[in-house]
Amino acid sequence: MSSTVEHAESHAHGHGLGDAVTHNAAKFGMWLFLGTEILLFGGLFAAYALFRAKYPDLFYDSHKKLDVTLGAINTIVLIFSSFTMALAVSASQKRNRNWLMILLSITFICGAAFGVNKYFEYSAKFHHHIYPETNIFFALYFMMTGLHMLHVFIGMGIIFALIIMAKQGRFKEGNRYTPVEVGGLYWHLVDLIWIYLFPLLYLIG
Amino acid sequence: MANGAMTQTQHIPYLAQKGLKSWILTTDHKRIGILYLVTISFFFMIAGLAALGMRYELMTPELDFFRTPTEYNVAFTLHGSLMVFFFIVPGIAASFGNFLIPLMIGARDVAFPRINLLSFWIYLVGTAILLSALAQPADTGWTFYTPYSIQTGTKVILITLGVFVLGFSSILTGMNFIVTIHKLRAPGMTWSRLPLFIWASYATAILQLLATPVVGITLLLLIAERAFDIGFFDPAKGGDPILFQNFFWFYSHPAVYIMVIPAFGIISEIIPVFARKPIFGYKAIAYSSFAIAIISFFVWLHHMFVSGISETAAAIFSFLTMLVAIPTAVKVFNWTATLYKGSIDFHSSMLYALSFIVLFTVGGLTGVYLGALAVDVHLHDTYFIVAHMHYVMIGGTVMGFFGALHFWYQKWFGKVFNELTAKAAWFLIFVGFNVTFFPQFFMGFQGMPRRYATYPEEYISYHALSTYGSWILGLGIIIMTVNLLIPLWKKGWPESSNPYGSLSLEWQVPSPPPHENFDEIPTVTDWTYAYGKK
Repeated sequence: MSSTVEHAESHAHGHGLGDAVTHNAAKFGMWLFLGTEILLFGGLFAAYALFRAKYPDLFYDSHKKLDVTLGAINTIVLIFSSFTMALAVSASQKRNRNWLMILLSITFICGAAFGVNKYFEYSAKFHHHIYPETNIFFALYFMMTGLHMLHVFIGMGIIFALIIMAKQGRFKEGNRYTPVEVGGLYWHLVDLIWIYLFPLLYLIG
Repeated sequence: MANGAMTQTQHIPYLAQKGLKSWILTTDHKRIGILYLVTISFFFMIAGLAALGMRYELMTPELDFFRTPTEYNVAFTLHGSLMVFFFIVPGIAASFGNFLIPLMIGARDVAFPRINLLSFWIYLVGTAILLSALAQPADTGWTFYTPYSIQTGTKVILITLGVFVLGFSSILTGMNFIVTIHKLRAPGMTWSRLPLFIWASYATAILQLLATPVVGITLLLLIAERAFDIGFFDPAKGGDPILFQNFFWFYSHPAVYIMVIPAFGIISEIIPVFARKPIFGYKAIAYSSFAIAIISFFVWLHHMFVSGISETAAAIFSFLTMLVAIPTAVKVFNWTATLYKGSIDFHSSMLYALSFIVLFTVGGLTGVYLGALAVDVHLHDTYFIVAHMHYVMIGGTVMGFFGALHFWYQKWFGKVFNELTAKAAWFLIFVGFNVTFFPQFFMGFQGMPRRYATYPEEYISYHALSTYGSWILGLGIIIMTVNLLIPLWKKGWPESSNPYGSLSLEWQVPSPPPHENFDEIPTVTDWTYAYGKK
C-alpha cells in the first residue's frame, strides 16, 4: 500500500488528493482486500467443515499427531505480535520514531519466531512420514497452515519495508502514518486467521 | 451539466508522450485502459481463431481438420479459457472501466494509480504463464472439472496457475474501482447523479472481490491435488468431486455477471444519448445491477442439476435462478421505454446497443428454459447451452463492448472512424452471429451434445449453416477492426470534443483528454441524463 503515499507525494505540487482522502482511501482499500483474504481461506474452511462432518474419527485420530504445545506457543507469539503491532500504529500516530522502530522490530521477530517454530513442526511431521497425501486431514493441515505461513512471510515483508521507511523518517510529518496503519491491518488479519486455525486443527474434541 | 468545461485545442493530450517507457510505466488510467484493451483484443483474436477452427472441423460429421479428437478438445479448452478468463472477465471492466470511471465521476485518476499499473502487470504475468502452457495445452474445457483435470496428461497446472494469477489482477482492479467511486467523486456528483456505467462498474467490482478469491483457492487446491497427490476431489482417496463443482460455480456463476453487468452500464450510457431522452427508470436500472449481483451468489447449483445433488436443493436453486430474470427484465424494459418516442439516431454504437437488447433478451429467455429442472435434464450439455451462452456473452457482452468501442472511440483515441464501414461491419456481425448460433438452439434441442469433434449425419445441415455463419461473423469483426485501426495512423485531433451531444462529464473535456483529465475538478449541478430539458 506504500504506493498510495507515493501517489500523494508525486501530486504534492498542484493537484494533491489531500492527506485525509488518501488515508481514508488506503484504509478502505485494505479492508476490501482483507475481505477477499477471508473468502480465500473461506474455501478451505468450507472444505474443512465438509470433510470433518464426513470423517469425524479420522480428524480426531489424526489431530492427536499434532503438537499442541508448539501450536499454543505459536498462538501466544502471534497474539503478542498483534499487540506490539497495535502499539506501533499508536507510536507512528504520535510520531515517536524510536518506539515505532522498536515495536515494528519486535513484531517482525515474532513473525520469524513463528516461522522457525513452524519449520520444526513440519520437519517433525516429515520425519514421521506424514505428508499432505497421508490423508484428507493432513492435506487440509498442510494447505491451511502453509497458505497461512505464506501470509506470515508477506506480512513480515511489509513490516520490514515499514521499518526501512521509518528509518528514513517517512512518517515524520503530517498524517503520513497511513502505511503503518494499513500494514497493521494486514498483520492483524494474519493473526486472526491463525486464531481460527489453531482450535480447528489442534484442539479437536 | 458542469462548469469547468474546457475547450478543444489548448491542452496537451494524454497520448502526446511517445516511447515504450511512457506506456509500460504509466500510471495514467487512460493509458492503462489502452494497455488492457490491446491485450484483451489480442486474446479475443486468438480465441476467435480457435473457434473458427472448431467450426471448420464441425462442417462435416467426420474428423477431418484436426488430426485427433484431443486436438479438438485442446481447441475448445483454449477458446473457452482464453475468452472467459483473458478476454471477457477483465474485458470491459478493466479497459473501459479504467478509461471511464475517473472521467465520469470527475476525478484525475483512480484512487491507487500504482496499484492499477501493478494489476496490469500481474495480468501480463498471468498471460505469460498461460502462453508458456501452449506447448502442451490442457484439454479439460474451461471448467477444469475433476476428476478428468487430475488424470489428464496435459499441462493443467500451468493454465490454472495463469488463471490464479489473473485473479489477483481482478481483485486489485475491483478494490481500486470501489475505493475510487467512494472517495474521489467530484463535488455535487451524488450517488443519485452517478452515470449508470459507474453503478454497473461498482456492482461488478463487488462481484470481483467476493467471487474471485473462491476460484483462487479452488484452483490452488486443484494444483495441490496434481502436484502433491492429495485427494480433496478424488473419491478414491475420500475426497468429493462435487466439491470442486460447488467451488468452481460459486465463483463462475457470479463471474457471468462480472462479464455482462459492465455491458449493461454501457447500454445505459449509449441509449439516452442517441434517443435524446433522459434514461427511463434511473434508480431501477441502478439498483437492479445490485439485485443481480446479490442473487447471482445463490444460483450456482443450477450448473449441477445433473451432477447428483438433492432434489430439494435443485428445486430451490431452480426457483432462485428464475429470480435473476426479474431484475434483468427490469433493465430491458427501462431501455425500451427510454427509446419510446425518442428521436433516434442510428449511429453505429447505437446499432450495437439495439442489437444488445434483442440478442440479450433471446439469451436471457433461453436461460429461463435452462433454469427449469425438467427441461434442463434434457438440454444439459447440448448445443442449446452453447447457443444460450453465446447469445448472452456475444449478443450481450461483446455487442456492448463493440458499442462502447464505437461510442468512446473519439474520446479515447482522438480520431474519427468511417461511419459507413462501421455500419456495414455491424450488419455482417449481427447477421453472422445469428446464422452461427441460432441453428445451435435447434440441434441442441434435438440432442446434439457439446464438445464432440464428430457427430451423426443428421445434424449436418445445422452444423454447416453454423460454420458459414462463423465466416460471416469473422469477416465482420475483421472489417470492424481494420476500420478502427486505420484512423490511428492519421495526424491531428478531431474538432469537436462532444460530437454526440452527451451530457456526461467525460465528454466535457477535450478529445483525447489531457493528462489528469480536468484543469479544475468540476462541480456537478445536474443529473447526467437531463436530455431534452435544455
